[in-house]
Amino acid sequence: MKTPYSAFSLLRGALNGQKHWEPAWRDPEPRASYDVIIIGGGGHGLATAYYLAKVHGIRNVAVLEKSWIGGGNVGRNTTLVRSNYRLPQLHNFFEFGLKLWHNLSDDLNYNVMFSPRGAMFLGHNDGDMIKLAERGDAMRCDGIDAELLTPKQIAKIEPLLDLSRGARFPIDGALIQWRAGTARHDAVAWGYARAADALGVDIIQKCEVTGFVKDGNRITGVETTRGRILAGRTGICVAGHSGHVAGLAGLRLPIESQTLQALVTEGVKPMVQSVIMSQSLHFYVSQSDKGGIVMGGDPDNWPSYARRGQPTIKEHAIAQAVTCMPALSRLRMLRTWSGVTDMSFDGSPIIGPSPIDGLYLNAGWCYGGFKATPASGWTYAHTLATGKPHELNAPFSLERFMTGATIDETSVGPFPNHR
Amino acid sequence: MYQITCPHCGPRAQTEFTYERTTDSVVDPAGDTHAAMQALYTRANPMGLDDEIWRHTYGCRAWMVLTRHRVTHEIRAVKAIGPEALP
Ligand SMILES: Cc1cc2nc3c(=O)[nH]c(=O)nc-3n(C[C@H](O)[C@H](O)[C@H](O)COP(=O)(O)OP(=O)(O)OC[C@H]3O[C@@H](n4cnc5c(N)ncnc54)[C@H](O)[C@@H]3O)c2cc1C
Ligand SMILES: [Zn+2]
Repeated sequence: MKTPYSAFSLLRGALNGQKHWEPAWRDPEPRASYDVIIIGGGGHGLATAYYLAKVHGIRNVAVLEKSWIGGGNVGRNTTLVRSNYRLPQLHNFFEFGLKLWHNLSDDLNYNVMFSPRGAMFLGHNDGDMIKLAERGDAMRCDGIDAELLTPKQIAKIEPLLDLSRGARFPIDGALIQWRAGTARHDAVAWGYARAADALGVDIIQKCEVTGFVKDGNRITGVETTRGRILAGRTGICVAGHSGHVAGLAGLRLPIESQTLQALVTEGVKPMVQSVIMSQSLHFYVSQSDKGGIVMGGDPDNWPSYARRGQPTIKEHAIAQAVTCMPALSRLRMLRTWSGVTDMSFDGSPIIGPSPIDGLYLNAGWCYGGFKATPASGWTYAHTLATGKPHELNAPFSLERFMTGATIDETSVGPFPNHR
Repeated sequence: MYQITCPHCGPRAQTEFTYERTTDSVVDPAGDTHAAMQALYTRANPMGLDDEIWRHTYGCRAWMVLTRHRVTHEIRAVKAIGPEALP
């Protein structure tokens, strides 16, 4: 067992120049076979491995990652964690996760810096306010916190928002979820990796899955850049690359990959207290613990695996944010980046068995899967351990698209651009 | 961002165009329900070339098929199409 991280071990290390730290996880060679193989070492894959070992006692597990863990969307997202969805299937799932978030640092013995600072969705007209009130009511019916704010109440939290009636997009109110917030994305990947590794899970980096080993209608393993590895059950968990990897098994998914961009400004003193989002204006803003203002907007609305976005999309998000919070215009942009997102055809994820025996799917997270990491890992581990979905992910089956039981929060219909 | 050569207008900024769907996901009115659901809800989504229907929405408004690479963004071919290509 590794030395737990604690103030005590830090103090003890001070006596010997902090030389007692070991690598947070091993770098094992792949074995010939495992009980469970998880393809993709993002947040979801690592969380799945951790809960398989911890909750189900299945420790003969490998996580295969084509590059390095944390290099995918888990290390590229803007870290918003919330459960303020309208539809019960979604808010119950994300709320289960939010509860796990609140105790995650203790559970993993790794500081994921979860910061429940409140997330507010702005309303700019009567229509927006009716939708926000309806969403808040739906959440409260299931015991999830949601509070409508008046402009006066908003001003107390975010004095820099332009709350004047003459604003280009007047702010009529907001729906706030106080228990929502942000976390440190890298720490989530590293914390789950370290905790899973301590329970015996092999985390194998630089190991790309290039094909599947098939026996009739059963997947019995994977071909990788580090050789063939057999498995009792195989779980795809590759976010933006879901279409490609499922395609290697001959599946067509209700998913199209798109680029999603984000940006951060130079660090400044605290000026944004909560997470501010506007679904009507398509932007969101928060401030990182380092002081940078983190901003994002819509995905680039056409298929791409390139992790390169159009400047016009960023410009749009920045323009909207600056209109609502004029002080932001004084900041300089420090960095911008993008990730490949797995845009599903109803805006909701897919977690469950696939039509091929032994093969399971975890995909379709769109631009919102970071918050889902603990709940996704928990329910996917249950599915991989038992062969059946957990009650929380049962609605998120692949079949729902063919039976008409889609979970379409924004009522967009069969397109990969729900927002 | 790049340029797309519209068969009618020549090279124009990509922002003038909108993506619709792939040519293999157009619903065939003569087909059965299963085929329609497959067309509406599933995609090959390859890390490579696909045939995509785009529209010069903020230009001449014509439809066209782009054979486009989804990693390099290379446009291999642009083909004008008539209204019969869409439902
Ligand atoms: C710019 C941006 C902002 C976002 N903001 C938010 C936000 O604020 N809140 C939120 O909830 N969500 C947000 N998201 C979405 C969120 O990041 C993702 O939904 C989530 O991280 C996806 O799950 P993951 O962590 O497992 O994915 P990833 O970290 O992408 O993991 C998938 C892994 O699979 C690996 N892989 C791919 N193909 C193969 C293969 N053939 N073999 C082996 N490994 C393979 C990849 O290398 C990758 O490491 C954002 C996304 C982006 C891009
Ligand atoms: Zn044209």
